Amino acid sequence: MSYAAGVDVGSTQTKAIILDESRSIVGRALIDTGSNVGAAAEKSYQEALRNANLMEEEVEYIIGTGYGRYRVTFGNTQVTEISCHGRGAVHMFPRTRTVVDMGGQDTKAIRVSEKGDILDFCMNDKCAAGTGRFLGAAASALDIPLGDLGATALRAEKPVRISTTCTVFAESEVLSWLGKGKKIEDILWGVHLSIASRSIGLLRRVGIEEEVTFTGGVTRNIGMIKALNEGLGLKVNVSEESHFMGAIGASLFALDAIRSSRSPAATQGEKR
Amino acid sequence: MTYTAGIDIGSTYTKAIVLSHDSEIVGRAMENTGFKLAQVSDGVFRKAVAEAGLGPDDISYIIATGYGRHQALFSDMTVTDLTASARGAKFLFPNTRTLLDVGGQTMKASRLDEMARVKSFRLNDKCAAGTGAFLEKTARYMGYSTEEIGPLAAVSKERVPISGVCAVFAESEVINQLSKGCPPGDIMFGAIVSLVERSVQLMKRVHMEAEFTLIGGILRFQTMAEVIREKLGTDVNVPEGDLPQYTAALGAAILSHYRLRKLQEEGQLADARGLRAGSGKTG
Repeated sequence: MSYAAGVDVGSTQTKAIILDESRSIVGRALIDTGSNVGAAAEKSYQEALRNANLMEEEVEYIIGTGYGRYRVTFGNTQVTEISCHGRGAVHMFPRTRTVVDMGGQDTKAIRVSEKGDILDFCMNDKCAAGTGRFLGAAASALDIPLGDLGATALRAEKPVRISTTCTVFAESEVLSWLGKGKKIEDILWGVHLSIASRSIGLLRRVGIEEEVTFTGGVTRNIGMIKALNEGLGLKVNVSEESHFMGAIGASLFALDAIRSSRSPAATQGEKR
Repeated sequence: MTYTAGIDIGSTYTKAIVLSHDSEIVGRAMENTGFKLAQVSDGVFRKAVAEAGLGPDDISYIIATGYGRHQALFSDMTVTDLTASARGAKFLFPNTRTLLDVGGQTMKASRLDEMARVKSFRLNDKCAAGTGAFLEKTARYMGYSTEEIGPLAAVSKERVPISGVCAVFAESEVINQLSKGCPPGDIMFGAIVSLVERSVQLMKRVHMEAEFTLIGGILRFQTMAEVIREKLGTDVNVPEGDLPQYTAALGAAILSHYRLRKLQEEGQLADARGLRAGSGKTG
């Protein structure tokens, strides 16, 4: 039995996935990236190995992805996170045609073919508005843990409309709404709606085709899932695995590499 | 002696100026705006009046300006901050044709005619990277306060390029540069250079022409003006001391005198005073 690994070094968190030949996930790890990107890559990979109960030698091919992919020095090659999220999303939800990836510092809209090839993409990595950072800013302004944001927002009764675009200004807007006596949950729901609307704007630029799969770290926020569903008027695909989608895609590419190295002729038919 | 007041309720600071009829600044005050605009504007006004050794009733006319101008319920009139700043800039530098106002949450460029009327203006209040907030954030990421921006940049020998695209993403950039051992002063200088680039773009859009006058809180530190001077290749006017922050309030106080004179000519002063007493009660 041989194994393939994908390590997704994101701006905020680093994810590692190990797949067996039947494409089942046998090991995983999730850690904060921190300032030492190379060390985070190594640490997450070692943790995934332990989780899978495997030795380093048993993993035949490793692919690095994410913004720190070139720091996965033990990897065989690198693939962009856009390709990996597309590939992972189509693997987990085969009817996926559009992917929205919301990470700690950027949001990406990706349109994919039925095979998982990238047809078009659009990303917002120049401005923090509409990214996970916006949620982080709201969490610190309101002094609630990031993990409680979504659940708190879902208790909203009268959403507050957040009018500012910029994350810096939104932070003061959030505080001014608090000063005016608005409820935290109503303000937070407004924050979620504002981020969702920015992301939907990005999705429109690549064209929204069903099904839409939601990936990245923000998928763990149930408020954002609901805000996207309401904004898009459909139900986005999301699962426990969504947070790991980039690493899953990378490990699938790694498995492809193992297969093609074994019998180049046999994979010809699969080649896209 | 008649006195007027101008009060400028900005997004970050509220400023007030008390002006005598021979155009002498006799009182000034400034406080953080915070969220209780009506209260703060009243407090700042009273402080400025007290500094002048006067009482609120000695002030014949009050004009409020700035984003919170409608919250100053004791004022006789409101004008936009573009109008007030133009008037203040013209008073300090009569040949001003291009005015740049770098505020805490907005940056404004306007072109004036010889009568200090605003001919064209552009503003950025959508993105913090193009406002004073960018420098405040950069300072904060390094553990410095707003007051320390100037002294910090003044000791810089060589700027570290900081991309002025997003004030939030600047955090990782700043931390990166710090961990590489770059001095905080050089990073601060780099941030100022990137804000200057954005301000020059804004001025180009109003078809800038000399003379240039720069106002806003950040101009009380010399570095910004020096970099703009260098970029434009021409001299720029900067009000002295802490006046860059008070220019709009000063303009409002000057406009108050004009208004007062006009009302006196028309014999309507009593009405104006009555109006203020009325709005004071409701406030």
